[in-house]
Amino acid sequence: MSPIPSEKYVPQSAFMKWMEARLPIWGFLYPTAIAYPTPRNLNYFWTFGGILSFCLVVQIITGIVLAMHYTANVDMAFNSVEHIMRNVNYGWLIRYVHSNGASMFFLAVYIHMFRGLYYGSYKAPREVLWILGVIIFLLMMATAFMGYVLPWGQMSFWGATVIINLVGALPLVGDWITTWLLGGFAVGNPTLNRFFSLHYLLPFMIAGVVILHIWALHVPGNNNPTGVSVKTKQDTLPFHPYITMKDAFALVLFMILFAAFVFYAPNILGHTDNYIKANPLVTPAHIVPEWYLLPFYAILRAVPSKLGGVLLMFGSIGVLFILPWLDTSKVRSGAYRPLFKQFFWIFVVVCLGLGYLGAQPAEGGYVIAARILTTMYFLFFLAVLPLLGLFEKTKPLPNSITESVLGKNGGGGMAGAAASGATAAPESKA
Amino acid sequence: MIKTLRLRALATVLGVALGLGAVGVVHAAGEAEPPIAVDWSFSGPFGRFDRAQLQRGFQVYKESCAACHGMELVAFRNLADPGGPGFTEEQVKVIAADYTIEDGPDDLGDMFERPGEPKDRFPSPFPNENAAAAANGGAVPPDFSVIAKARAGGTDYIYSLMVGYEDEPPAGVDVGDKYYNHYFPGHAIAMAPPLFDEGVEYTDGTPMTVDNYAKDVSAFLMWAAEPKMEERKRIGFQVIIYLILLSALLYFTKRKIWSAIDH
Amino acid sequence: MSATDSTADGAGQEPTRRDFLYVTTGAVAAVGVGAVAWPLIHQMNPDASTKALASVEVDIGAIEPGQSIRVMWRGKPVFIRNRTDEEVEAAKAVPLDDLPDPQTDEERATPDNGNLLIMVGVCTHLGCIPLGEAGEYNGWFCPCHGSHYDTSGRIRKGPAPANLEIPEYTFLTDTTVRIG
Repeated sequence: MSPIPSEKYVPQSAFMKWMEARLPIWGFLYPTAIAYPTPRNLNYFWTFGGILSFCLVVQIITGIVLAMHYTANVDMAFNSVEHIMRNVNYGWLIRYVHSNGASMFFLAVYIHMFRGLYYGSYKAPREVLWILGVIIFLLMMATAFMGYVLPWGQMSFWGATVIINLVGALPLVGDWITTWLLGGFAVGNPTLNRFFSLHYLLPFMIAGVVILHIWALHVPGNNNPTGVSVKTKQDTLPFHPYITMKDAFALVLFMILFAAFVFYAPNILGHTDNYIKANPLVTPAHIVPEWYLLPFYAILRAVPSKLGGVLLMFGSIGVLFILPWLDTSKVRSGAYRPLFKQFFWIFVVVCLGLGYLGAQPAEGGYVIAARILTTMYFLFFLAVLPLLGLFEKTKPLPNSITESVLGKNGGGGMAGAAASGATAAPESKA
Repeated sequence: MIKTLRLRALATVLGVALGLGAVGVVHAAGEAEPPIAVDWSFSGPFGRFDRAQLQRGFQVYKESCAACHGMELVAFRNLADPGGPGFTEEQVKVIAADYTIEDGPDDLGDMFERPGEPKDRFPSPFPNENAAAAANGGAVPPDFSVIAKARAGGTDYIYSLMVGYEDEPPAGVDVGDKYYNHYFPGHAIAMAPPLFDEGVEYTDGTPMTVDNYAKDVSAFLMWAAEPKMEERKRIGFQVIIYLILLSALLYFTKRKIWSAIDH
Repeated sequence: MSATDSTADGAGQEPTRRDFLYVTTGAVAAVGVGAVAWPLIHQMNPDASTKALASVEVDIGAIEPGQSIRVMWRGKPVFIRNRTDEEVEAAKAVPLDDLPDPQTDEERATPDNGNLLIMVGVCTHLGCIPLGEAGEYNGWFCPCHGSHYDTSGRIRKGPAPANLEIPEYTFLTDTTVRIG
């Protein structure tokens, strides 16, 4: 497919002509960030890309500030975080923004991912875009995990212990790699220091992959709620001011939620045990990760074998990498796939259920439930998506984005025409 | 039709799975009783600390808790900080001077003791954790700096623990040489009941009951754990009002810009 | 805004009201950005615990004439020197006109004991620590860039622009001084 090309920047002023001849940065940015043609029918679920960029910037800025006051040493880390909370000017604010910012980041990324899943945004020609997104997600999880260790509370310490010990499940090299990662025989000062270093590094790697992600987005252009590709310029609007203002509005709404957590419930998403200094001699009654990692934790614990649990947990993310080839349907958007739609919502409930189970003790009915939901999780990707494409009878697609928009807004005649004439070619490779 | 059936089957499985989960919850909750919900002056988005209560709570801490529980992250000067108990700078100097601080080394390399100053932090009653454990039958009395944030239930839990002691454990329960408490996980707590009616001499006329002591010290510990709470809520209110205003403006801006566009 | 004009949104009829909305929105957003900037800047200022350590008490009873001690105050050394009578005389003998930063010795020494001198031991040039009883005036000499101070700690020669700083201090007793 060939998307609508962006309008070129033509410098008007003498200064811009002079500048463009030397450093054509505006000539690069204008078609990318200003004139970039965006489908006119994007709904508010498409604002989460901008929200996620905001989250990344907030985490990096507040993180750099916190690193100015934090001490990565097992004897001082806990107290240095409290020093930030008590003594540093606005330290409490910056730290609460950072700790809740991680949760907001994951909330936004999950909405972003489920949106991509529902509207088939991972399908050709956006496979690489999707895979880059999964890589960002993995980097985010690694960053968040290491960041959670830094305050050196009980959950920090025992979370790190449990997760690093997962690696020990690997045959032959497991123990060696575990010791290598720890820099010792248990979580200790070397572990804390390397986690701090990597926690500082990874966000910049995320930023790098985000640039690739946006690049890979701008080649085919945005998907949209109909899944029908952009055909004419009429289907699109320039990114600025239409999408920028819509994104800005959605972002401020998101910030209200963010602020509600930071100012009125700053510890509600955390665990009380993390306000107890790490103690290698006392394991908390229930070790739970942060909420955003709970579904994967539930999958890990659903399997009675150590190696099996680890493989299945990584498999649950690994399966996302091959998702573009698992879904056999020729229709992109879930809006035109009645059966997919139902399975999609079941899948959402399965993920929420796994999240709930991840927070419960691994015993009795919880384990059985986790096994059922884990099975359903994998069935969705490995059985439902490949088979649905073969059997599902999809609804007729509109001929174009413009047509679907006009139809919805009262262009009754055209909508009728679309319905009858909509044996439209399935949108996959056009 | 077949697909609908399959869907229903899936939904049933899901329901059963979640149902099992719910059964598990009930089972796991048999441990300790849920803490008593207290109506704190500082709860809610506009909640503020009650200065007099914090001052009384500090007195309870000092006279009934400090012998075993340190507060190593809180400095005496914090007692005069805005949003806290509201002691004056002069009062803080007097309070601080009551404590003995180990300082040094001096010119000869020896540690020495001096009276506390506002810049000092509350000294810990034990030199290290092992000493604390040895002096308390193996149970280390936790530091109180962030205790109100380090326990599920927060101040409700602390209050409940203070008033939750039972002279005799219920029949069939053996707590050994420990004490029975309704709200402590496992019920057997190493700490003897720390508060008694009339045990701390209030000077402001507040009835000197365990119930009041427990409430006051819980409030004080909440402040110790979250000394910036009042500032946080105040700034938060301003931030949220601002964001609502900005979102309204952006909404109208966006609508204006999109007004001629079908979408 | 030019992009808006070029995309025929039909709002050209009421440019005033529309522009007012846009300008207001932009201004309110700018205020927000400014408000966010302040905590990020202010966090680098000295924190509450640093400010609380801003004074130190020193016992000066044991300093014999010709001896000095150094104490740490706000992370910097403070020189406390019990000067010999010769050093004081030498300092007093200097005409003020010869000084780049004119100050009498009386203005610099402690009020009750003219021999005692309390100064921040940081060169006013670029922050190095001067050496005592050194330099062309037998006062202090900064080895970094060659600033010479006299026995009153006044700059006499070299790149430093000002005399060594005298901190605020008060005598709590005859032998105890609180700096800061």
